[in-house]
Amino acid sequence: MQSTTLILILGAMAVAAFFIGRGRSVAVVGGPQYGTKLHSLPGYYGYFTAIWCLLPALAVMAIWVLLEPRVIVALIINGLSEAQRSLSAGELDLLVNNIQNLAAGDVVSGDLDVLLNEASVRLSDYVVTSRRILTVLSLGLAGLGGTIAWSRIRPDFRARNRVEKIILVVLIAASSIAIFTTIGIVLSVLFEAIRFFKEVPLADFLFGLNWSPQTAIRADQVGSSGSFGAVPLFTGTLLITAIAMFVAVPVGLMTAIYLAEYSSRRIRGIAKPLLEILAGIPTVVYGFFAALTVAPWVRRVGESIGFEVASESALAAGLVMGIMIIPLVSSLADDAINAVPSAMRDGALGLGSTRSETMTKVILPAALPGIVGGILLAVSRAIGETMIVVMAAGLAANLTANPFAAVTTVTVQIVTLLVGDQEFDSAKTLAAFALGLMLFVVTLILNVIGLSVVRKYREQYD
Amino acid sequence: MTRKLTTREKLEAGLKRRRRKELAFQLTGMLATTVGIVFLGVFFADLLGKGSSAFVQTFVKLDVEFTEDVIAPGGELDLAFADFDGLVRDALRAEFPAVSGRSERRELYKLVSIAAGYQMRDMIAADSDLLGLTETIWVPASSTVDMFVKGNIDPTLDEALRPLSDAQLAWISHLQNSGRLETQFNSALFSNGDSREPELAGIKGALMGSFYMLIITIALAFPIGVAAAIYLEEFAPRSRWSDLIEVNINNLAAVPSIVFGLLGLAVFINWVGIPRSAPLVGGLVLSLLTLPVIIIASRAAIKSVPPSIREAALGLGASEMQVVFHHVMPLALPGMLTGAIIGMSRALGESAPLLMIGMVAFIVDVPGGFSDPATALPVQIYLWADSPERAFAERTSAAIIVLLAFLLLMNLAAVILRKRMERKW
Repeated sequence: MQSTTLILILGAMAVAAFFIGRGRSVAVVGGPQYGTKLHSLPGYYGYFTAIWCLLPALAVMAIWVLLEPRVIVALIINGLSEAQRSLSAGELDLLVNNIQNLAAGDVVSGDLDVLLNEASVRLSDYVVTSRRILTVLSLGLAGLGGTIAWSRIRPDFRARNRVEKIILVVLIAASSIAIFTTIGIVLSVLFEAIRFFKEVPLADFLFGLNWSPQTAIRADQVGSSGSFGAVPLFTGTLLITAIAMFVAVPVGLMTAIYLAEYSSRRIRGIAKPLLEILAGIPTVVYGFFAALTVAPWVRRVGESIGFEVASESALAAGLVMGIMIIPLVSSLADDAINAVPSAMRDGALGLGSTRSETMTKVILPAALPGIVGGILLAVSRAIGETMIVVMAAGLAANLTANPFAAVTTVTVQIVTLLVGDQEFDSAKTLAAFALGLMLFVVTLILNVIGLSVVRKYREQYD
Repeated sequence: MTRKLTTREKLEAGLKRRRRKELAFQLTGMLATTVGIVFLGVFFADLLGKGSSAFVQTFVKLDVEFTEDVIAPGGELDLAFADFDGLVRDALRAEFPAVSGRSERRELYKLVSIAAGYQMRDMIAADSDLLGLTETIWVPASSTVDMFVKGNIDPTLDEALRPLSDAQLAWISHLQNSGRLETQFNSALFSNGDSREPELAGIKGALMGSFYMLIITIALAFPIGVAAAIYLEEFAPRSRWSDLIEVNINNLAAVPSIVFGLLGLAVFINWVGIPRSAPLVGGLVLSLLTLPVIIIASRAAIKSVPPSIREAALGLGASEMQVVFHHVMPLALPGMLTGAIIGMSRALGESAPLLMIGMVAFIVDVPGGFSDPATALPVQIYLWADSPERAFAERTSAAIIVLLAFLLLMNLAAVILRKRMERKW
């Protein structure tokens, strides 16, 4: 049976269980007019029955679906001939893949033999049997769970407390997903990164000046030994981030100041949503704009004043990234400025200072921690930004500080190393995870500091 | 001995300078504010200028004779192998009887898209009575003709420097003069999957891919996000664990999206074994990505429900769970939904993590389910942006316009929802 049909049937059973449970709770006290004799409202008895009907069955289903492919592959391999089982892991994978394709009725690479055909028939058998067992098991569990719950319904049964306890557990589980996500990120990146550092020493990666990740496929291949010095990537990332910050920080800050202190309410009402649109544009769109409009423009302007400009210059990517980050900086700066108590502002104005003097000498110093925190978050955003640099920055790892040259960044390299087919035993693929680890750690540090500064500061004046 | 300056005099001496500074500061602020807005204007103008022409496409009117000898030699019609392109070639030759010689004819055939043959096939498949009849049909022109008609190819250039030869230009003007060349609405853009031929390429596949992913994202991220927000706001004791969750959520909201892609690759594809390129993986990754956004928005919505509501319900004997689900949640729901829509619009525009999980493949078929290989609208934009043809640059801009239109609609819905449901306590 299809899993969707199975889930639908289970859902229907749960709904039925709800009504049966509710009905029984009313029946055990002898009718709706005696409802006050029940510990909980009748609906809770219904929910209780439905939950016990649904939860165990769904849990079994989830585990089954997760484990089924592995078990079946193991069974298939077990049933293969001795010679086939002693193949290398890669060839065995291919064989199993072929068997699966055959069972699915797809085209198969390589020649067919009888054994393979037999195995594919067995595979189909296993899948059918497994589905049957799953259907019987989950429906049986649903019936059993529902019946047990149903049999426990008595007037003094504390159904509401039970149901609420289960709901609480669900709520706690939902909120811990955030933690599991972080753990998942750390583990998935860390494991592959450790495998990478077994092949390439950490020091070579962190301090090497040469990045060319092509590893040799054959032992006697010329010229692609693979070199994983990540310094050019770090400097490239920093260069583009610096250019972006050079645009975003002054513009964002002055925008926040203007909107908070000078502009009329009407202008603020127009300008703020417009800037928010800027924040809502997908990064891939910025990337397209950077690559097709800004980069040629930068090149033309640069060459007209006598600079040699690469067509994928760091400047173009950095400028567009800076524009993208303006709304982030201005909204965080706005928060920080608004958090300064108006008594400070009024005091400075009352003593005769102009509005700009009030701003630069009183409000900005007071808001500085919040602004710095906001800038840290913006830097973290710029470092992790991917699409703009993938589309507008280069691929070649140049160690340079020249904004007109093409540089590459950490995120660009992660994308280039992982897009397309890859195998997980080459240093080239694993290098992407090592870079991902660096990216995660650096942005994490920036975020933690930035967020705690921003928050601490906000509380100070509240 | 000079007289000591009074305070007033000191003040007046510096006043002019200070006023100038004040003005300069104010102007700088104004300038900064306009930078962002001017960029926005330039950006949209550039986009519309480049993309609006992709919504129309050049078509050629041909009198096609569904000759039995060409497509059904011997009376047997085999849809898979019949020479439908031959029909189109015959029709073109009939239109230009003067054209002779192999290479000249081949140039003539290049005026019409290869889609024309497919169109013939679909017509015959729909109605086999057409066999032997002559029909007047609009077929799509090839992308170079399309580009020329839209003014993107300069006919004054040297023949060797432009993709259309002098002969082809003459044919085009003949077609134009006889009313057989026209631009019509480009329906292929919305009804086709990706293609290597620009005039055949459409965004339907990408739109469906995005659609399936967003369904998974909303189905997972909204309930989980709301549940997490309820727990953290209403039930969580002040403990190490809840502090940890809190810090985690705030950090996850700021983790680069590409890192989520690495997580998806390592966990969902390599460990769980979900096929690559499937909307299922994309949806899972995007739901993890939008979860923090939804949690943060939902918490703010719950916080804005005044405590008096809770106290009143508790006072009337409701349990804590009943207070939350019967009273707080309905009042906070508009805010939560707004957060969900904003999270969805972020998910719709996201592309970096999808590159990691293989959703950048060249996929022609429109996906029909959660595990079919698919791509997403922003990724389609990325793919097309890489294509060198001028016609693809135009289509990229058009795809961006569609994407932005969807985002605008979603944000508009969020704003309207907020405005309508907003309550002052």
